[in-house]
Amino acid sequence: MFDSYRSNTLQYDPVKCINCGMCTTVCPHAVFAPGENEVRLADYLACMECGACQMNCPTGAITVESGVGCAYAMFYAALTGKDEPTCGAGDDACCS
Amino acid sequence: MSGTIFTFTTPPVHPTTNHLTLSDHWDHLRARVGINRSGHLVEPGLYSLGNPTPDSPVFVTANYTLSFDAVRSSLDDWMKCYILVLDTKGINVWCAAGKGTFGTGELVNRIHITGLADKVNHRVLILPQLGATGVSAHEVKKLSGFRVEYGPVRAADLSAYLKTHKATPEMRRVQFNVIERLVLFPVELVKVLPYLLVISIILYFASGPLAAAGAAAAMLAGIFLFPILLPFIPTKDFSSKGFLLGGLIALPFALAAYRYGIEPAPCIHISRAITPMLLMPPVTAFISLNFTGSTTFTSVTGVRKEISTYTRVMAWMFASGTATLIILAILRITGW
Repeated sequence: MFDSYRSNTLQYDPVKCINCGMCTTVCPHAVFAPGENEVRLADYLACMECGACQMNCPTGAITVESGVGCAYAMFYAALTGKDEPTCGAGDDACCS
Repeated sequence: MSGTIFTFTTPPVHPTTNHLTLSDHWDHLRARVGINRSGHLVEPGLYSLGNPTPDSPVFVTANYTLSFDAVRSSLDDWMKCYILVLDTKGINVWCAAGKGTFGTGELVNRIHITGLADKVNHRVLILPQLGATGVSAHEVKKLSGFRVEYGPVRAADLSAYLKTHKATPEMRRVQFNVIERLVLFPVELVKVLPYLLVISIILYFASGPLAAAGAAAAMLAGIFLFPILLPFIPTKDFSSKGFLLGGLIALPFALAAYRYGIEPAPCIHISRAITPMLLMPPVTAFISLNFTGSTTFTSVTGVRKEISTYTRVMAWMFASGTATLIILAILRITGW
């Protein structure tokens, strides 16, 4: 109960993988690792759901509900009634 | 209507250098402290460094001065290159990529506007790896003919990367070392400082200097101690880490409050001791929870779970702490 990061929305279908290696290149947490015929899901729990792998997978072998892991953005979204919390423009941005 | 001819002229290439001036450093300092947060902009477009030739590499970055300056200042003196600056509204690469402004559409658009295809005879763009969240390399290739090559995470590794056009596993990983955690402290401090002052002043007059110091300690623990101690506090969740830290900080205040005064009634002493234990940990924990947005590893799924697990506890503790504080203040004022 005190580890909220035991699961995430990353899904990988090795059948669709063409072993291009883009996911291993773009992932900043080495979630994927090179394999013989297809990429291996090496460290699933390290995924922060940034979505870079899905964006750059040419065959759609990877899906992840990407978003910003920012409590401030979620509170802000809840208070203002916006559904998708993101960071960015405006003086209230949590990051710059 | 006839004969209206639109002539499209490509905008000029802006010359730049790898040298940071005093005014650049001044701008960086202001950005770090959070002054004029959306005003640290570079004009989007194509920049040239050291008289590039059509064979020179093209780097892509965001139009946030810290991002642009990190790229150009990390390049060597002999380096000739182009820097393509995307319009990300003054937001850094990673945050802009998460939002989609550092994205496939803007990149393809900027390639066309700047006439990049006529300036270089190769078709390779070197993007920061963290831009991959917003950019789809195969889409860019399809739409513009340019091949996207993802460089290292940190601009500081660009020179090493260029020697082989390969990034080591180290260069591909985001770090979040103590220095990187601490540069975030000034922005947080500036954000929290007004609340801290107002609350401390109110508490000073309502309950005395100890309560005022307690409020300041709980908030400063969240924005300063928490980022330093983040990897060393032995739980996974940010909120539980914050509760632990806030509890430790509250202990001396509880002890001092317990010993304060000479009332014979032990229930007054105990209530005084309980108050900081109820009030301080949730404040530290809440600020700690909000640090998830500054880190480089928290997932939405996890943060959402944290919020549903802990915010109710925070609210209850804080509310009951406030209640005892008010009761004690009333007793004090009425001279009980």
